Amino acid sequence: MSKNDESPLLSVERIEKSFPGVKALKGVNLDLHRGEVHAIVGENGAGKSTLIKILAGVHQADAGTMHIDGKAVHFNTPIEAQHAGIAVIYQEFNLIPALTVRENILLGHETSKWGFFSKRDEHKIIEDLFSKMNVRMDPEAICAELSVAQQQLVEIAKSLSVGARIIVMDEPSATLTNQEVDTLFEIVRDLKEQGIGIIYISHRLDEIFEIAQRVTVLRDGEYIGTHPVERVDREGLIEMMVGRSIENEFPKHHHPIGDVRLKIDDFAHTSDEEGVSLEVRSGEVLGLTGLVGAGRTELARLIFGADRPARGTISVDGKVLNIKSPLEAIRNGICLLTEDRKAQGLVLGLSSRENFALANLNNWSKGGFVSAKEERSRFASYIDSLKIKISHQDQLAQNLSGGNQQKVLIARWLESNSDIIIFDEPTRGIDVGAKYEIYLLINKLAEAGKAIIMISSELPEVLGMSDRILVMHEGRISGEITDVLNATQEDIMTMAVGQLEAS
Amino acid sequence: MSLSKLLSDYGMLIVLILLCVFYSITTLDEQNPRGVDAAEQVTQMILDGYNTQDRIVVVSKSNPEHVLFANTLLEELESSGYQNVEHIEGEPPEVRSAFEQFDSLGVRADAVAIPQDYSTIIGNIKNRIPVMSQAQIVAPRSYRWPTFLLANNLRNVANQIVVIAIIAVGMTMVIITAGIDLSVGSLIAFSAVVAAWIIREMGGADATLGVMVLASVIAILMCGLVGFASGITITKFKVPPFIATLAVMLVASGFAYIISKGESIYEIPDSYVWLGRGADLFSIPNAVVLMVIIYVLAHILMTRTTLGRYIYAVGGNPEAARLSGIRVNLVLLFVYTMCGIMAGLGGIVQASQLKSGAPTYGLLYELYVIAAVVVGGTSLQGGEGKISGTLIGAFIIAVIQNGMNLTGVESYTQKVVLGFVILLAVLLDMLKKRSWGGKKKTVAAG
Repeated sequence: MSKNDESPLLSVERIEKSFPGVKALKGVNLDLHRGEVHAIVGENGAGKSTLIKILAGVHQADAGTMHIDGKAVHFNTPIEAQHAGIAVIYQEFNLIPALTVRENILLGHETSKWGFFSKRDEHKIIEDLFSKMNVRMDPEAICAELSVAQQQLVEIAKSLSVGARIIVMDEPSATLTNQEVDTLFEIVRDLKEQGIGIIYISHRLDEIFEIAQRVTVLRDGEYIGTHPVERVDREGLIEMMVGRSIENEFPKHHHPIGDVRLKIDDFAHTSDEEGVSLEVRSGEVLGLTGLVGAGRTELARLIFGADRPARGTISVDGKVLNIKSPLEAIRNGICLLTEDRKAQGLVLGLSSRENFALANLNNWSKGGFVSAKEERSRFASYIDSLKIKISHQDQLAQNLSGGNQQKVLIARWLESNSDIIIFDEPTRGIDVGAKYEIYLLINKLAEAGKAIIMISSELPEVLGMSDRILVMHEGRISGEITDVLNATQEDIMTMAVGQLEAS
Repeated sequence: MSLSKLLSDYGMLIVLILLCVFYSITTLDEQNPRGVDAAEQVTQMILDGYNTQDRIVVVSKSNPEHVLFANTLLEELESSGYQNVEHIEGEPPEVRSAFEQFDSLGVRADAVAIPQDYSTIIGNIKNRIPVMSQAQIVAPRSYRWPTFLLANNLRNVANQIVVIAIIAVGMTMVIITAGIDLSVGSLIAFSAVVAAWIIREMGGADATLGVMVLASVIAILMCGLVGFASGITITKFKVPPFIATLAVMLVASGFAYIISKGESIYEIPDSYVWLGRGADLFSIPNAVVLMVIIYVLAHILMTRTTLGRYIYAVGGNPEAARLSGIRVNLVLLFVYTMCGIMAGLGGIVQASQLKSGAPTYGLLYELYVIAAVVVGGTSLQGGEGKISGTLIGAFIIAVIQNGMNLTGVESYTQKVVLGFVILLAVLLDMLKKRSWGGKKKTVAAG
């Protein structure tokens, strides 16, 4: 970035913030130039969200200063931050599903006169915005019908329409496909050209090297440092984030692979769909990947009995089963760690212990009565072995960090002692340290002879942790990789877009 | 334990206690001992002040309370050896003529023992009759005590709320699953009418105990069946609970009118009131004992059993529950059936209290039941709530109603106040959650 003599667009110095019982930020610095993409990385709990919320005016800092264009600012409300030119695009969008793209973008600042607005004027504004962003979209489309990526574009357009000069993006790529991420990056680069400063938060480190100029690392609320991306590498960043060196991001163990445990044959959602067949062996980690929407999660739900297949057979240890519900799948030793922890895994309002117990109550109840003592002692052993960070067993599931929520769910399925384990995006939204622990656990399970299907969109993870890889495209298997050690991300991508049937 | 935790766990209990304290203070009043208590006090006063040769005149009206007073007193005095005791029972003119008779006979009296509420008027009469004017009035001393806290009034509070409280147990379970059951009010009428109709057809006022039990059980089971049908509509056909039970509410009410031909059924043996008006255990009403038993069982079900845990899980996140191997539909069927059974039981208690069955029973009770559950801290969004909270909620409503009755607030105003109380309870709950929610978000953030 050109180090011109004018003051930076945004500069934040020695920001501190405490909440009851926890000091979330302990003197954090951040400066952002015009036309810069500045990444913030850190594990969950490092203070990124708190920092964003202070920038957005949701929280107020206890100490420290904030300047925009060299002028000291202080935001008491999100509106003040918005007026100062800061827009935040959260992971959960603030769009009204039933309204159109145009109505959402202009919500709150319609060009109305006496309560009536001119559709023509509004269309003009929207078109200007879209051309500025270099995107095409129907302004009259209903937001509920848009893809996640398109909704994100609407959010960006919304922030530009209120004159944002600083855009904060919180994990913008988390739910996007690779192609959509590329589109997002093009837009980010366009915005950058126009002198807008972008704060980019992501767990995906390779993205940071691709899009950002500088990266700031936070750890446990402390400011670790800011570096130009050319001066750091992946390992170095991880080391700064976790505070110790991780020799190998993917600690894959190889052990002997046994007999076929699970075999599915010609499984299909609807009768006119092409069926899917696959098998998993004891001790094997089968990586299942593909673009988002390729049908991996749908396949997992069919296997688990969450949805009913139109045709196809499933057999465990050579015995053909008729699985009609998750209950029957569980009874046959199959479990599914769902992709969406909050919507499908946890009952957020229940305690961690109760969430852990949900699928296993029969293990420690007699005549319908739950033995609370037994339940506590079992959960305690998992808290120990999985290193679940929890203040007490009755802490509500919603108050845990993503990694610890995932661990509670893993504990649930370990306790159910299933032999066939389907992990759907096991490390999504989880920080590096917890990821590593989950990889170790997958190893341990494979070693114990479990058959594992690991669904993942993160190609390094798939390549790093699988014994064998299946790639899906449009609901069918489009390729298989048996020689994982010598495979590349490009190999997977060609199969994922359905161009090649290779091995 | 922090203040906020204390408030969130015991907030409504504190409100209930404060209400009781408030009404105890505002209804503080002169109380007169009555019946046996009064007689015993007066006996003591006579023993202290008069010897066994003195002439004691006991005066009372002929109402049951006075008769009880007079009879007890006469017995006590006789056994203490008093020989010149006379009893005059009647209204003031009769007492006056009795006194005048004494005067004409020249019989002096030393004391007139009399209930407090009769003492002033008789005192005036006595003073105009020379031979009696020497006699002292001996009446029980009045004392200051809150009307609200009189045993009789507390029994009233419990009796008023018992039907709503019993049904609220079923409703709590339904609401914890994020559902609602609007049919419970109609089921009260349905149950009462069915039971009364069966009793009438099988002997009427001379029906045997067996018939009464059978009729009640059939009525309760039929309500359970109706609840089960609601459950099927909701689980199999995916009809929203609000709509499904709204329809059932109309159907059940309609049947209650059809069966009873729109009239009350009175042909029921007197002994049928045992459940609703009897009080066999330490003079606690039988219905209240039944209610307590139900609450204890429901509390155990919700906190100690797998089924209870599943009910919370299904309400909190049905998809996560299903993917954990829970038979969500079975759980829902259970709660709606249970709610129907509780409504049926409520109807039987109502029929027993009123010794009749009428299709007009239970009108708008579903709203009071839901109010009790919500005031008790159960979230309409499902997934959280406590059986004990519901009991507290029911009693808050009962105490407010009773307190307003005692302090002379008219019934129209009572409705307004009750509406605001419900609103306030929900608002408090929301506020509590919001401040608490804000904190947890920031702790998890970063």
